[in-house]
Amino acid sequence: MTEPVLSVENLSVRIAGLHILQGVSFEVASTGVTVLLGRNGVGKTTTLRAVVGLTPRNGEVRGTVRMGARSLLARPTHRLVRDGLGYVPEDRCVFAGLTVAENLRLAERRGTTPAYDKVFALFPELDRRGRQRAGSLSGGQQQMLAIGRVLLNDNRLLLIDEPTKGLAPKVVTEVAEVLERVAESVPVLLVEQNLAVVRRLAKDAVVLSAGQVAWTGNAQELLLETALTKSLLGVGAEVKA
Amino acid sequence: MTEVKSPEVAAPPAQVPDELTPGRSRWHGLRPYAPLAALVVAAIVPYSTVNLPGVFEGPLNSPGTLQLLAICLVFGGLAAGYDLLFGRTGMLSFGHALYFAAGVYGTDVLVTRGGLPLWQAALLTITGGTVLAALLGAVALRTVGIAFAMVTLAFAQVGAILVARDFGGLTGGEEGLPLDVSGLPSALVGVANTVNLYWLALAYLALVVFVVHRVSGSPTGRVLAGLRDDERRIGVLGLDPYRFKLVAFTLAGGLATAGGVVYCLIVGGASPHVTSSELTLSLLVMVVLGGPGTRWGPVLGGVLYMYLDHRLTAFGTSDAVNSLPAFLSHPLSQPLFVLGTVFILAVYFFPGGLASLRTRLHPLLTARRRR
Amino acid sequence: MSTVILLTLTGLGLAALYFLVASGLSLVFGLADVLNFAHGLFLGVGAYATWWAAGNLPGAGSGGFGFVVAVAFGVLAGALVAVLVELVLIRPLYSRTIEQVLVTVGLSLAGVALLQATWGADARPFPRPAWTREVTSILGANVPNAGLLLIIAAVLVLGGLLAFLRFTRYGLIIRAGVENREMVTALGIDVRKAFTLVFAIGGAAAALAGALGGVYFGTVSPGQGGSLLIFAFIVVVIGGMGSVVGSAYAAVAVGLLQQFVNYYGTSGLGDLCVVGLLAVVLLLRPQGLAGKVATA
Repeated sequence: MTEPVLSVENLSVRIAGLHILQGVSFEVASTGVTVLLGRNGVGKTTTLRAVVGLTPRNGEVRGTVRMGARSLLARPTHRLVRDGLGYVPEDRCVFAGLTVAENLRLAERRGTTPAYDKVFALFPELDRRGRQRAGSLSGGQQQMLAIGRVLLNDNRLLLIDEPTKGLAPKVVTEVAEVLERVAESVPVLLVEQNLAVVRRLAKDAVVLSAGQVAWTGNAQELLLETALTKSLLGVGAEVKA
Repeated sequence: MTEVKSPEVAAPPAQVPDELTPGRSRWHGLRPYAPLAALVVAAIVPYSTVNLPGVFEGPLNSPGTLQLLAICLVFGGLAAGYDLLFGRTGMLSFGHALYFAAGVYGTDVLVTRGGLPLWQAALLTITGGTVLAALLGAVALRTVGIAFAMVTLAFAQVGAILVARDFGGLTGGEEGLPLDVSGLPSALVGVANTVNLYWLALAYLALVVFVVHRVSGSPTGRVLAGLRDDERRIGVLGLDPYRFKLVAFTLAGGLATAGGVVYCLIVGGASPHVTSSELTLSLLVMVVLGGPGTRWGPVLGGVLYMYLDHRLTAFGTSDAVNSLPAFLSHPLSQPLFVLGTVFILAVYFFPGGLASLRTRLHPLLTARRRR
Repeated sequence: MSTVILLTLTGLGLAALYFLVASGLSLVFGLADVLNFAHGLFLGVGAYATWWAAGNLPGAGSGGFGFVVAVAFGVLAGALVAVLVELVLIRPLYSRTIEQVLVTVGLSLAGVALLQATWGADARPFPRPAWTREVTSILGANVPNAGLLLIIAAVLVLGGLLAFLRFTRYGLIIRAGVENREMVTALGIDVRKAFTLVFAIGGAAAALAGALGGVYFGTVSPGQGGSLLIFAFIVVVIGGMGSVVGSAYAAVAVGLLQQFVNYYGTSGLGDLCVVGLLAVVLLLRPQGLAGKVATA
């Protein structure tokens, strides 16, 4: 197996005195989708945000996070992102008052050519709706915009937080298709609650429980063990979807 | 590191409990009695004829010195009351001067224009100020954070406008309104009785410290501290943050009004300066310099600030400063320039204020002792 | 009728002054979450620098092109001081909102005291071109030219700001940052550069307000910024923090309300009505007229 693209060692995060993460260690393979699983509130989003340097001011981060040879913690977010760490946050966070084209333009960087053709090939909708305000897009379209914004630049790793949250089933499938194509060219660390999407995309899985890593290994194997899945994730209905 | 950067720590005035004294081990058992001892020391200051050249202009029991000390004590109490909002509940109010001014002008107008006896005027004023705080707080607290700060600032501005425009000829406008002393108890009138005003100010300070201490130790105080640290957590517990904040706001407003009553008696009248937003900003400076959320920090900050504010004016016109080149002597003759600069430095290098000195100095001191 | 026109135009002149101060405050607050009490200082710096330049700077004067040079010098000084304040005092406290407010409070106290120490507490006559002391007859009303000058300047600044926000890359970053600053950094943009820029713009606009306010009032004094600042704060809150257009609407509402009520009611009543307006707006729309969106 090749070198992991991201390695997290002994990551601990305390926010306002509460221990959210306690000594989390895992690796993200250099290809395919690694999925970060766990019940609500176990610290999945906190993990992604700590990696990308967006822990809130009253939080405290310890441990090491490395992308390749480079240590990530203590570097400002915009530098990490320019070094190839793409981040698609929970709830999309498109700029509602800006147009679709402006949202995309914001991601352009000096010295590189933005890959508009790639993004518009994946999401033709974004090209057509360029002058529309992002706030007036549907949830699925906003998610496409959030992903497209990140894909304008080359990335070494994508961090994607719950891309299918709150979307209609048909749109979930669309988003999953897109992510499948995206993952062909760049490794992804994905937080996802929808196990059907996990089954379709994930190669590796890391399961968090109460701020610690409870299980790591092959994602498909995890899903086969119904009892384990149920105890770790507390799911029943979603797995059939 | 930052511990050694403590340029503004002058010797604290005598009446302040000297918590910063090293040699803590023996001190430790006596500490619960320290406030009492400090109160006794402060109470007998007027019997002392000690002359402290440079610190005060006359001996300690001269009327001028006692008046300055009384003003310092009132502001110590005012700062402690303001800390109930800022340091203990995390509310950044920029309008606290309003309730103080309500106390000053309320007393003055009721006595001088209304001809009421002092006790009635004081009672009415304090009740009115408390009700005013409750009403305005009820509106302002619908906002949070910075918006709350701006709204309180705007409300206080109304007070300033009302006083300055002199509606109905009550407030005397820009001139201010001297207190009509003819109806006052004779013990509070005249230069010779300044000492009684001093004791009154001391009693006010003790009252505020006592109330703030009791409140912060009570279950309500713990909720307030919770609001300061993380408001959502209090909401999750099923408690209504709005009501607790309103209680704190009203109580602090009432205490400030009472301080205004005392201040009005000490300076013998009201001037529009007490309504200015600058005064609220000064309160903030006092609390931050002293140490927000601590028992003695705000008191210390308030006393020291008022002392410096008065004495720096004299210092600014002293020969030592005048002999400096103009680009130094002119700014140094402005108390607010010195205090503002010290304040900025304190925010950077001294986040806990004076009260944090002890904990900051402790490692240094023990290290030296071991050597 | 001519009274109404006069009041409208003088009210708009006041509104122009408020807008020049409030637009910068609003952008600084919207983007960087800094409630800038030192903004009044920028105004004072602009006024005194203009006053100083008119008397001392070669090429500058109190009339004609020399006056333009003097004002440009004042605006530059205001922008420079604002940038220095941001870089030296605000930036090290990045995202520590309360400490930042405290520092600007200290700065406003110390800064005004410094102006006072240097040029004295008393108001000084402000150099101004002769034509600004005259009046122009508009529909039968004799409107002071200084007020018209303020209105024209504010309209130009408004237009310039909107074009800047709409058409430039930094304008885009500022608009996005007002909405969600964190997400801007997550797109690989160093948002702190935009902070400095916004401070510079705010400082320049406030300094212009100081210079033209000096022309309008005829004098300059250290405390001038402070009293304007409170009404500018009110304008910012009513208009919605971070919105330039909201600031413009709110400034007009506040300026006209103040002028008309002060004229037809008792003097001072207009100021009270403004605070009343603030209370009403906050109770109905706590986020202000425009919400937290940098509209362009």
